This record gives sequence, C-alpha cells and structure tokens, in this order.
Amino acid sequence: MTSTSPSLSSDATRLVTPAMLVLWLVLATVPLWISRVGLYPYLGIEILIWSLYALAFNLVLGTAGLPSFGHGAYFGIGAYAFGLCQFNVAANLWVCLVAAFAVAGLAGALVALFISHRRGIYYAFMTIAFGQIFWTLAIKSHGITGGEDGLLKIARLPADFGVVTFDLADNVAFYYFVLVVFALAVVAMWRLTHSPYGRVVAAIKQSETRAAHLGYHVWLYKASIFTLSAAISGLAGGLFAMAQLAAFPDVMSLHQSGYVVMMTLVGGGLVSFWGPVVGVFVFLIARDVIGALTNAWMLYFGLLFIAIVLFRPEGIAGAVTAAFQKHSLIRRQGNSAMRLLFGAERWR
Amino acid sequence: MALIEAAGIHVRFGDRVVLESIDLAVPEGEFHGLMGPNGAGKTTFFNVLTGRVKPGRGSIRLGGKDVTGFSPHRIAAHGVARSFQIMTLFDEFSARENVTVGLPAFRARGFDMRHAAANDSGFAESAMAVLATVGLADKAAVRARDLPYGDRRALEIAVALAQSPRVLCLDEPTSGLGSDGVQRLAALVGRLKGKLTIVAIEHDMEFLFALADRISVIHWGQVVARGTPHELQQNEWVRRSNLGRFA
Ligand SMILES: Nc1ncnc2c1ncn2[C@@H]1O[C@H](COP(=O)(O)OP(=O)(O)OP(=O)(O)O)[C@@H](O)[C@H]1O
Ligand SMILES: [Mg+2]
Repeated sequence: MTSTSPSLSSDATRLVTPAMLVLWLVLATVPLWISRVGLYPYLGIEILIWSLYALAFNLVLGTAGLPSFGHGAYFGIGAYAFGLCQFNVAANLWVCLVAAFAVAGLAGALVALFISHRRGIYYAFMTIAFGQIFWTLAIKSHGITGGEDGLLKIARLPADFGVVTFDLADNVAFYYFVLVVFALAVVAMWRLTHSPYGRVVAAIKQSETRAAHLGYHVWLYKASIFTLSAAISGLAGGLFAMAQLAAFPDVMSLHQSGYVVMMTLVGGGLVSFWGPVVGVFVFLIARDVIGALTNAWMLYFGLLFIAIVLFRPEGIAGAVTAAFQKHSLIRRQGNSAMRLLFGAERWR
Repeated sequence: MALIEAAGIHVRFGDRVVLESIDLAVPEGEFHGLMGPNGAGKTTFFNVLTGRVKPGRGSIRLGGKDVTGFSPHRIAAHGVARSFQIMTLFDEFSARENVTVGLPAFRARGFDMRHAAANDSGFAESAMAVLATVGLADKAAVRARDLPYGDRRALEIAVALAQSPRVLCLDEPTSGLGSDGVQRLAALVGRLKGKLTIVAIEHDMEFLFALADRISVIHWGQVVARGTPHELQQNEWVRRSNLGRFA
C-alpha cells in the first residue's frame, strides 16, 4: 500500500479547518454542561491552557523531532513574567500577555543558543539541565518570585478592547477568553506547521544532513522553532498565572515538565497535530476522575503511558485512526473523519 | 579556470590519515569520475567538497572563490549539490515534497511561516518537472519510504537536481541497481552531461568509462592516476589493478 503525503490533503492549505470549527464549537458549549457531569468550569480552563502549552511543546517534539524535557521552564517563566509585569510595568492584560510570550521566548532563545547544534539524547540532557537551572532560579530568587511560596495576588486583568471591556474574574468569562486565545494560537500553529518553514523543520527532523546539504541553515531552524515553542508555552503560562491568581515554581520542575511530554505522547503528538490536545483531555480528566477514587492516580496513568509507548507509540490519535482504517467498509469515511478530527499525519 | 579546484586536501580522523593530499580541478561542464578501492577516502573527499568535513590542510575553490571551511548549507547555496552513498531522503515526505524542499525557490522562502506550502502551484510544477527528468512523475504522491529501491535511488538524485546546481556530486549512484536501473541512470546522466559539472564516485567501471570525460583514481589518500578513460586504460597502475578491463 502506498500513502500520500499529509501536505497533499486540502486541510494543509486551510487557515481554519473543519476540525478546528468542530472543536471550538464543542469547547464553546463546555460551560453549559460541565457542572452537570460532576466536573467544574475551572477544569475547562485548565484543559485549554494545558492544550495550548502541549501544542506549543509539540512544535519541538512532534514537528521538529527534538526531545525537550525541560519545557516547564518556559511555561513557568511566562507565568512569572505575567505577574511581574502586572506588578512592576503595567497592569494591562495585553502588555502582560505579550511580556509572558516575549520573556519566555527570550529564555528559550538563550537556551536554543546552547543546544541547537545537538540532537537526540544530548539535546534532551541539555534541555533538562537548563530546565533545572530555571527552576532553581525561580525557587532561590525569593525577592523576585516569592520562592517556594510563589508569586501571589496576581489579578485577572480585564480584557480591554477600547470600546468594550470584559471582566475576567468569573471563571466562565475567563474560560471564553482563554478559548479565544487558544483558537487564535491554534490557527497560527496550524499554519506554521504547514508553511514552508514548518515543512523545512519537518524535513530537518527526518534528515539534518540532507537538509544542510540542500542549503538550509539547520541550526537556525532548530533554534527558531525552539524559541517560538518556548514563547507560546510562556503565553500559556501567563494565562495559567491568571487562572491560578498566582505563579508557582512547581510547574517548572522536571517532574511537571514530564507531564507535558506524557500528555503529548499519550495523545499522539508524534503523528497528529491534535494529539497533544487529546492527551491533555485524557490526562486531566483521568487526574480528576481516577484521582477522586485513589491517590495513586498517577500510577494508573503511568501504566497507561507505558502501555501506549509499548503498544501504540503513535498515541491515541494514531490508534483511533488505525482502528478506523482496519474496517474497509467505513475506511474511506473513517479516513476523512479522522483526518477531520485529528489531522492525522500517518507517519508510521 | 576550473569550476572546482581542490588543492592539497589533507584529512585525518584521530591518528588515521584518510586523505594525504588530493588535488582535483574540474572545468565547467566536465563529467569527472572518481574511483578507488573501498575505504580509499572517496566519500571523505566529497564530504570535504561539500563542507561536511573540514580539511586539516588544503583549499577548495568554487568558480575562483575560496570556500574552504564553509558549512554545508553555504556550499549548497553556492550551487553544489550532492547525492549520498547511503540514501538520505526525507522518508515521511512524498517524492514530490522531497524534491520541493530541494528547490532554491522553496529555500528562499524557508522562513515563510504565513503561507501554506501546498498552496503554491509554482513549487508543485517545478517539483513535477524534476521528478519527470528522473522518471518518477507518476509516483510523485508516494511516500519516499514506500518507494522501491531503484526509485529511491532515482529520488536521491532528483533531490540534488532540484537545487539546479552548478556542480552535482554523485556518490556511487549505481550502487544496488540492477542492469535496468544502471541503464536508466546512464541515460539520465547522458542527458545531464555538458549541462552541468558532474563529479561521480563510482565502482561500476563500465558505467564510468562510457560516460566520464576524465577519471581520477584515489588510493592511499592520493590521486594515483588521472586521465581520459582511454588514457587510463594505458595507465600502468590501472592495468595492474585490473580496473580498466571493462572499457
Ligand atoms: N567521520 C569519520 N571518522 C572516522 N573515520 C572515518 C570517518 N569518515 C570516514 N572514516 C574512515 O575513513 C576511511 C575512508 O572512508 P570513505 O567513506 O571516505 O571511503 P570510500 O572511498 O568512500 O569507501 P567506499 O568505496 O567503501 O565507499 C574509512 O576507513 C573510514 O572508516
Ligand atoms: Mg564511499
């Protein structure tokens, strides 16, 4: 059997795909029913923010094939930057979100300077080392970050559009605000992935050697995608600071950096653009549902993670796509439905 | 003036000297063959030519410009393309996309993050034209990893051709091909000959002696013989090593 390249599918040329519209519509209804199924609106906020973070992370892991295991640093730096900007620069939502994006991007660029000539396990080690440095700095700089106590009293600044201003203090209002940011970021990342730049990065993932001999400055591409990913992770971190009304160092730990890796792999980030989002849903809902039954929920999620890595390395999104393809009767529909839902690039 | 001029290229890995001192001048439009026993350092020499390995001594000039020590992407931007002995394709990409990434026009837009790559019909047309030259037009949509071996070899060359290079370096292009494939390749190289400068490492003497304008034999890190196929047949070293028996 032969397969066609993902970029030949028409979704690759779209700015907004049918899958995005379906996802946004479904997400827009969440506040209407989430309380009735025994969950709570704040979980919706968490899911959106972590989805944004995981999608940004997957630019590095999935699109570029670079194992970054210290990404929590940039998420955390975004959160601190948001809070510190609010306290010291300007208590304006837009300014502080830009600060979260920019400061995390700067930190990412700084790290990228040191790691972009590496790959594989060495790359992974370096990202861990830098992640640990940032985490330690966050804990030790008590005067700036509040250390282990965290940076408290961060406000959910109102969203000021000139003509109208939305107060985001309420969880439902804030949920919709995060949904809009998420939607815009998804459009940007989808386009980025399918742009010439995104295709070059995907090519570098497959062969740095060939790409270099075709005239691509491999280092610059690796450094820039890492920086972009860090910046968007920082934006998610800024939103997280708003959600929590505080910024804490724990999201920067190696431990929590591992969460985003697990989410992305379990969901199928290596084969699908949407994989990370699937993973975040599964992870956070498992945390709340299994977590309500047993304190050892992480044990069960860990087992799921191992099972997936062993038997379904393409993750849930990939497994669902493959399952659909097995039944030839529904195969054609299944294919397009799955492409619609997951944009699955069948990479295996 | 020669298009490529390598002078006194010396390469060592640790304390193992692989290239002692290689000189090579290839005028524009020439098809220059490189041969020599396994491990002679032919691929290493290509790696020096294309910026992958920095020579300990010696210099590389391209069209008179000193490019010694340039990194691979800069050498490529100077119009040097190469194929690889061990196939180096973008396995998950379709044949067409493999070639697309090689196009200079695509490279020029390599930092374009705002437009969809697949929306550009110009890329598609150029890529299809390149695929047609190597006989892969009808397999444009097939993923590189799903192509049969001979087609992968052809794609390996197509990706290099996509660069519209001034110099094309082919590292054992016939390796693993059946006689059909070798004939197809000979026809392709025959068509390219004269249009661009080609340096080809090759073990298939029949192929090389039929097509090359000149051939250099590399052994013990040096060029031990050089000349037209006809001259090489007279060369004592070549005769002794029985390399010229096919011509
Ligand atoms: N990066 C490297 N580090 C150490 N040794 C190397 C390296 N690259 C090549 N060599 C050694 O240099 C010698 C020449 O290798 P090279 O690949 O250039 O030979 P070749 O002439 O292309 O041979 P073949 O006909 O088998 O392809 C070999 O002994 C090889 O092991
Ligand atoms: Mg070789």
